[in-house]
Amino acid sequence: MITLTFIEPSGASRYIQAAIGESIMHAATAAGVAGIAAECGGACMCATCHCLVVEAPDAGLPEMSETERDVLEFTSDEMQETSRLTCQIPVADTMDGTVFKVVGR
Amino acid sequence: MEDTIPGVVIVGAGHGGTQAAASLRENGYTKPVTLVSADEDFPYHKPPLSKSFMKTPDAALQSLRGPRFFEENSIETMLGTSVTAIDCAGRQVTLSNGETLDYEALVLATGTVARRLSIPGADLAGVHHLRTAHDARALRDDIVVARRAVIVGGGFIGLEAAAMLAARGLEVTVVEVADRLMGRAASPQVAAAIGAGLESQGVKVLTGTGVQALVGQDGRVSSVRLSDGQSLDCDLVLAGIGATPDISLAEAAGLTLDNGIRVDTKLATSDPAIFAIGDCCNFPDFASGRRLRLESVQNATDQARAVASTLCGSGVCYGAVPWFWSDIGATKLQIAGLAEGSDTTLPITDPATGALRAVYHLKDGIIQAVETLNSAGEHMLARKILSTGRTPDPALIAAGDIKGMKAFVMG
Repeated sequence: MITLTFIEPSGASRYIQAAIGESIMHAATAAGVAGIAAECGGACMCATCHCLVVEAPDAGLPEMSETERDVLEFTSDEMQETSRLTCQIPVADTMDGTVFKVVGR
Repeated sequence: MEDTIPGVVIVGAGHGGTQAAASLRENGYTKPVTLVSADEDFPYHKPPLSKSFMKTPDAALQSLRGPRFFEENSIETMLGTSVTAIDCAGRQVTLSNGETLDYEALVLATGTVARRLSIPGADLAGVHHLRTAHDARALRDDIVVARRAVIVGGGFIGLEAAAMLAARGLEVTVVEVADRLMGRAASPQVAAAIGAGLESQGVKVLTGTGVQALVGQDGRVSSVRLSDGQSLDCDLVLAGIGATPDISLAEAAGLTLDNGIRVDTKLATSDPAIFAIGDCCNFPDFASGRRLRLESVQNATDQARAVASTLCGSGVCYGAVPWFWSDIGATKLQIAGLAEGSDTTLPITDPATGALRAVYHLKDGIIQAVETLNSAGEHMLARKILSTGRTPDPALIAAGDIKGMKAFVMG
């Protein structure tokens, strides 16, 4: 288990525990993080799990795939340099302490 | 239980019902929100039932939202409970546990019911349908002992299951009564590509063939008799032959029906205090001018957002771009828009692989729908094109120039 922080749309911070191997979106929705609808269930289709990486350990997150980039480029909320689709990131040890800001939709 | 202030009662906790509850709270609705679900399972994602849920015997359901979400948002969930009657005049529903709930607005998100096989032998052991977690568990338990499967119906569910069962090492035959696969859901070009993909995975595909009877041995299905006289030995049958809207409650309440529960542009039924969303509702489509009933996650969740806005006083007419997806083995089929009524079809082949990548459907030069195969970025582009109405030059489309189209649409 690692700890992740989500800044919700209301501005509140929520600390959650995430198990290695599950997706970050999965951990966030299970913990009830507000603003993440994840309506496609992690199929990289809907971009409703869109978050910005506010703070992350060096090389803590994997590079994004071409598909993730493609989907992000067309989200309704503009893609930013720190944008990620959390359904595409499997939780790993290296991510402990990462802070995300929920964009969702 | 009777709340002193009547709030919103939502019937059905699928993608639509659950999103409606969430969106009501996101929009600041403060009165009680009650989610009544005949399904006993905690609200879950349906698409993985035919895929990841089947991968291991103990895979868990994927919750739509965690329990904490419902608690913190004061959304009361009543699982394993059905609404047995609606008293429209008294704005009250009766539940299967005998309780009543008053409402100021009622949202019907009852979804669909799987169409059942109605041929001799349909009640044999080893014969499955796939709609709910309950169905999925029964199928999953049976896969362990099965070796040869016959899939009746070549639509999304049947083909997703065919790919999954073949990957699990079963011998799989798909039997489709129409002359091609996915007749209602996809173009002939896409259907052919998907069929070829399944065949390369070892799945046998029989089109133009009906199923006459299921034959059993010791109470379990042992073969399928086809309309052409052939018989296929098997120990598992999955019927994916479509679904019908669950209108029973609406019908008993006297609401107007029309291939589903008929609603207006605000998703209100013939009773202004009762709304219907998702697979069960028949709505006027702004873009095409037709009435539609769509079975999709997108339609359910977008209508849920729309109805929540209406109930919070800021409603707009529903008019989202429809989109669909289906993961069939390694193939991701994505569809944006509705192809019906288009006059031109432009199939695009991937220059690198020579495989079909997309099919564009146009009417009077305007894109109506785009089907893509393993081309997620192009699908997102298509949704952008459809929502903005900016159709790129046909030459750009025909050249398969995604970058060029993107520059046009975003520019």
